[in-house]
Parts: sequence; structure tokens; C-alpha cells
Amino acid sequence: MANNYYDPSDLRKFGNITEWSEELGNKFFEYYGKVFEEGALSAREKSLIALAVAHVVKCPYCIDAYTKDGLQRGITKEEMMEAVHAGAAIESGATLVHGVQMMNKYNKLSM
Amino acid sequence: MAVKSLKARHNALAEHNRQLEILNGGVFADGELPYFKDKLADLGQYPFRPNKLEILQINVGYMCNQVCEHCHVDAGPDRKEIMTRETMQQCLEVIKNTGAHTLDLTGGAPEMNPNFRWFVEEASKAGIKDFIVRSNLTIIRANKKYHDLPDFFKKHNVHVISSMPHYTRGKTDRQRGDGVFDKSIKALQELNAVGYGMPDSDLRLDLVYNPSGAFLPADQEAMERDFKKALKEDFNIQFHHLFAITNLPIARFLDYLIASENYEDYMYSLVEAYNPAAVANVMCTNTISVSWDGWLYDCDFNQMLGLKVASKVKHIKDYNEDLLNDRDIVISQHCYGCTAGAGSSCQGTVA
Ligand code: SF4
Ligand code: SF4
Repeated sequence: MANNYYDPSDLRKFGNITEWSEELGNKFFEYYGKVFEEGALSAREKSLIALAVAHVVKCPYCIDAYTKDGLQRGITKEEMMEAVHAGAAIESGATLVHGVQMMNKYNKLSM
Repeated sequence: MAVKSLKARHNALAEHNRQLEILNGGVFADGELPYFKDKLADLGQYPFRPNKLEILQINVGYMCNQVCEHCHVDAGPDRKEIMTRETMQQCLEVIKNTGAHTLDLTGGAPEMNPNFRWFVEEASKAGIKDFIVRSNLTIIRANKKYHDLPDFFKKHNVHVISSMPHYTRGKTDRQRGDGVFDKSIKALQELNAVGYGMPDSDLRLDLVYNPSGAFLPADQEAMERDFKKALKEDFNIQFHHLFAITNLPIARFLDYLIASENYEDYMYSLVEAYNPAAVANVMCTNTISVSWDGWLYDCDFNQMLGLKVASKVKHIKDYNEDLLNDRDIVISQHCYGCTAGAGSSCQGTVA
């Protein structure tokens, strides 16, 4: 076993998770594949959403995978960066909106 | 963009054998990835055999006005290998008698061969159904003497297929060199002006897209939609089809993959994307490729790797279609580039 977390070559082995739980693994990959097909949203739009979420959940494998996917789809680097900002804005907004709770609590406890 | 060809830089990859060593060694020799022949054997298709000949592809020389980073020909202004009139004569004899319905002239920049126009005029008399010239677009703007190429192509009813890496300036210029995008746009507008690429026009204008980096092309139809929309809206340019072509790990693209430490990952991507349904229609099943010096190959890629046809007939002067069709196709691991995803050929996807 490697003595570091996150080895890029582990991404290629993602499919191996089915080996220890075939039914659930297969169901997951089937679902995953279906989600990213063309639908009401285009596959291109979904790729950008995936890229934004990959950053928010801070998954280096997903970031690699969806940067490459975006390049393959002809998505420009400006579009990719805007998607990352969209994710980051929601993430920081989610943090900041909790400031209201802080204010409420502060006010309640203060005379 | 590279400034000189690998050959002029005396890069080891200018040698065919060095490239083949890499393609046969490494992750394949270690058994991490299967050899292409094993995949064919699984399909009961090894040795690999051609079908009926449909396309005669003639490479009239490796000289080019550009030095694209990804070029599998290792073409450039410093390459002096161009077809002589004598070899063209031999090609014309074959063109007159072949069963192929498509003639496909490529290079380098085929227009830079001093006998190019004469050859096109003579070849067009043979009445081949589809007569393709692969033009890099910028050549039309490179020098005054090429400005009339759109009219010349029109006069001989040539089907123009041109490379266009992206509909944005940045991506195009990074792959092909500064100023390539603006020149290509101008050239496309001039082709449109004489009637090429217009919706109901018989003057065919198709574009070739190949990825500007170590990744595979996406769905050809989706890319075609994006290109059509962007080129029409931004530059009022129209064209017929977009062919998405996978970069094969040969010559300068191989050099790039190795130098950028992408080689192994790229080979993994190609093998992972291997699509058995693409095998039946890869280019070598219906094409013969002729080099500037008249040698015969299964495809332009094998030509660049120095892998001549495995047939008694190896040169255009001895051309014999029946004998040639009775051959085994020479393959190596670069072939995975033709079978990845929807497959890839000079005419785009195949599966
Ligand atoms: S890719 Fe085409 S245009 Fe570019 S250097 Fe090679 S032959 Fe010339
Ligand atoms: S690289 Fe050439 S020989 Fe190999 S599959 Fe493609 S067309 Fe055939």
C-alpha cells in the first residue's frame, strides 16, 4: 500500500469497488452513468455542475476527471473557472448565512 | 507551437524504431495493458484483413507552412520530402484504374508541392467520385500565390477538408501557432464566398477537430453543433460536417505526451475507451496510403512509423489492387487511437 493518501492511479481502480459488494457497486455505476446522459440538461451542462461540486466536496479524483471531461467536451477554461466560482459562492454563502443564526443567538443572549 | 520538426531537432523520436520501441514496450511489455493484437484476437480478427478498397490516400510531401505541436507527420517548413512529378505520374496511372471511389490528397500542406496544381488537374480528369484535398486553411493566406486556392479548388470540384482545432482563438493558437486562428477564419470566409460549405452547395467543406492536448474528442455530433453555432454567430462562417479525430501517439504528439508526462495516462485512456464495434471500420480496412516517395502503407499513421504494407507489392510502380487487398494489416499499439470511443478515421468517427 502506498504511504500517501490520494494516488492519481487509484482513480483507474474506481470500478474495483464492485468486487467487495457487487450488487451495490453495479447499482451505483448504473445510476452514475444514467445521471450524466443527455436529459433535460445537456451532458455538457452536467459536466460543469459535476466540476463545481467536485470542488465543493474537494475530491481530487473528481476534479481531475471532470477537468478532463470538460476539455473533451470543448468546454473552455473560462467556463470551467466560472463553474468553480459558482460552487465556491454557494459554499461561502452557506457559511455566511449561518451568520444570521449567530446574530440571533447573540441578540437573544444579550440584554 | 514547435519551431522545428523533430527531424530537424535530431530528436530520437524522429526515428521510426524509437517510436515503435515505446509503443511496444512500457505498460504493454509489462502486461499492465493488453497488446492491440490481443484485442483483435478476442474478436477473431487477428491477423487483421482489409475489406474492399475505397480510398486512395496520397501524401504528396511532409513540407508544411505550420509546425503544429500535435502533428503525427512531423511536418514543417524544414521538411524537404516532397513527391516528384515522376511519382505523381505513377500515381495517376493507378488513379485511372483503381476501384476506389475516393482520392484523398494530404501532406504536410499538399499545396506547397510545386506540382500540386498540375497533379490536381490531371487527377480530376480520372472522374473519381470524391476528390478530397486536406488543406490546413492558413496556407490560403500564407502567400499571395495561394490566395486563389478557393477558386482553384472550386474549378476542379475538390472536396476541401480543413483542420480547425477550436472555435476560440486561444485554443487554436496554442496548438497550431500564433495567428493561426485569425488566418483560418479569413480562409474559411473566402471558401464560403466562392460557395464552399454553404447549406445546399455541392462544394463540400468539412472541418476536422482534434483535441489540443492529452484527452480524447467528445461526441462528434455535439461538437459539430457547438462549432456550427459559434462560427456562424461570431464570424458568419458555414461548413458541412465536423470530423472529430483522436490524436494518435505518433511523432510530435508522442513527443508531447512523453515530455508532459501524459504518455501512460493517455494510453490507459485509449485502451479503456477501446470499442470493439469500431474495429470493423477503421481506416486501414478500406484505404491504401501512398508516401511522397511512392511506398505503400495501410494508413497514414503506419506511413509515419515506417511500417510498409505486408504484401509482395510495396511500391506504387508495382501497384496491383488484387494482390494488395490480399494482405495482413500491420498493427501496433498506436491502433488503439482508431478504436477509442466512437472510433476515429480521417473521415471522423466510425462506430
Ligand atoms: S498538423 Fe497539418 S498543418 Fe499542422 S504541421 Fe502537421 S501537416 Fe502541417
Ligand atoms: S493506425 Fe492504421 S493500421 Fe492501425 S487501426 Fe488505425 S488505420 Fe488501422
